[in-house]
Amino acid sequence: MFRKNKFQKLKEYLIEKLLFLFSLVSIFATVGIIAVLSFEAFAFFKEVSLLKFFTDTQWTPLFVKKHFGILPLLCGTLLTTLIAMLIALPVGLISAAYLSEYASEKARNIIKPVMEILAAIPTVVYGYFALLFVTPLLRKCIPGMSGFNSLSSGLVTGTMIIPLISSLSEDAFHAVPMGLREAGYALGSNRMQVSLRIVLPAAFSGVCAACVLAISRAMGETMIVAIAAGQQPRLTLNPLVPVETITAYIVQVIVSYKLRKHFQQVYE
Amino acid sequence: MNKRILNKRLDGLFKVLGILTTVFGMLVLLVLFIDVFLDGASRLSLGFFTSFPSRKPEAAGILSAWVGTLWIMAVTAFIAIPLGIGSAIYLEEYAPKNRLTALIEISIANLAGVPSVIFGLLGLGLFVRWFNLDRSVLAGGLTLAILVLPVIILSTREALRAIPFSIREASYAVGATKWQTVYLQVLPAALGNIMTGVILAMSRAVGETAPLITIGALTYIAFLPQPPAVFSGEFPFIRLSLQGLFDPFTALPIQIFNWVSRPQKGFSVNASAGIIVLLGITLAMNSIAVILRYRQRKKTRW
Repeated sequence: MFRKNKFQKLKEYLIEKLLFLFSLVSIFATVGIIAVLSFEAFAFFKEVSLLKFFTDTQWTPLFVKKHFGILPLLCGTLLTTLIAMLIALPVGLISAAYLSEYASEKARNIIKPVMEILAAIPTVVYGYFALLFVTPLLRKCIPGMSGFNSLSSGLVTGTMIIPLISSLSEDAFHAVPMGLREAGYALGSNRMQVSLRIVLPAAFSGVCAACVLAISRAMGETMIVAIAAGQQPRLTLNPLVPVETITAYIVQVIVSYKLRKHFQQVYE
Repeated sequence: MNKRILNKRLDGLFKVLGILTTVFGMLVLLVLFIDVFLDGASRLSLGFFTSFPSRKPEAAGILSAWVGTLWIMAVTAFIAIPLGIGSAIYLEEYAPKNRLTALIEISIANLAGVPSVIFGLLGLGLFVRWFNLDRSVLAGGLTLAILVLPVIILSTREALRAIPFSIREASYAVGATKWQTVYLQVLPAALGNIMTGVILAMSRAVGETAPLITIGALTYIAFLPQPPAVFSGEFPFIRLSLQGLFDPFTALPIQIFNWVSRPQKGFSVNASAGIIVLLGITLAMNSIAVILRYRQRKKTRW
């Protein structure tokens, strides 16, 4: 009896320590990311001055005459994110207001899983869709548009993050106390007035959090822009010409490095 | 009086707008499905699944891609599921309220917000270069495991939190230890919701492209990793080996990206056929998760 108790205690202790070790992995991963990035970045900034990095308007690390100005890449990222938010924010918010204030419980139970599918589709599929469906469609409407552009990748990225904004804002709308709505109705407001002038302001902080998350998703989006936005870093706000984002450049530089190595092996 | 009619009209208009915006996403989804099917369905055949990528689009297939995806998923699941569920149990049931716990929670929240391509850079720096794993199945699986880890932890914590405290108290009251309570009462009760989260996390890993490209997996691969089990005629009839873990690989989303980025028409048809397969996998996993969650919700007694 006594020995079993002791064994039991040891087992409890070991399990707790093991689970603790498991949860430390997250810290290691975070530290790992910071370490890897700062290590490489340190080596980079030894050769390129910070001033040049932020003021040079050209990004041509693979050319003979090298320029390391982050502005064109940053501009591409901001442009696609802006286009994405311009479509995702209004559509997501209005749809959240509809789902939370107008739709019946039954409709919501059907719509929400379908919205989740939209968020679950692999981004490489969206990239294909942007390049081979949306761009040709837009080119029919806008002559002179380039085959690679930030408009179509921004629009598709925006569609991808609609579910994120819509479901997070709907949660925020849901958390608004019913009494506030009832007070609005008691004063004779209709549902639109209640949702726009009472629920939306009351849930504003939640909606802001949803926006921030959506913006970070759009900025970090890689495959759509790598496939459909083209790979030419340029400092422009024109949504019809090819641009390159920071994430797309990461993919491009690795792919081209691998290709170069591959050809070297073939020809030597 | 006039203003009231105007307001009523506006309200009706807003409702229509709400329906339109809600349907917008579904319409896009529908158009995407139809577009992909029109382009790629003709290319789907048995040969497509059993041939290697090739320079000729008509002869190319996804054999090395789907086998690679299977390998990567196995490694990712093997690492991420125990780690994720274990960390969640620790944080929900054991963790004391101190600085270290706060640090763990902050790291998890941060990891959940990091763009997936950055995980690729971590994999490249840590697993490919530092651990010298090269562009192997193991390096890819580890990278994706860290990518889905926060997703699994967050959903498992949610599931554990939904178990009422009285269940735990009842278990303690009959003399169970902490681990017995967790293992025999809390985990079984939360299992449905945990599985839902795990399946959703894995379905996200299936489609991840950027991290795998970043660790350098975008190559022409016309062979398979060594199989984990080889059957033979003589004793002991089966030979197990994990050598395949260290072989280079390709995966479905990478093969699709490779085909999309080529200008020839034949390859884009191949890409859409590959997308049909990939969408089939992700949608199947998502439906299983939704059904599981629905059944769990009906079963819940508290």
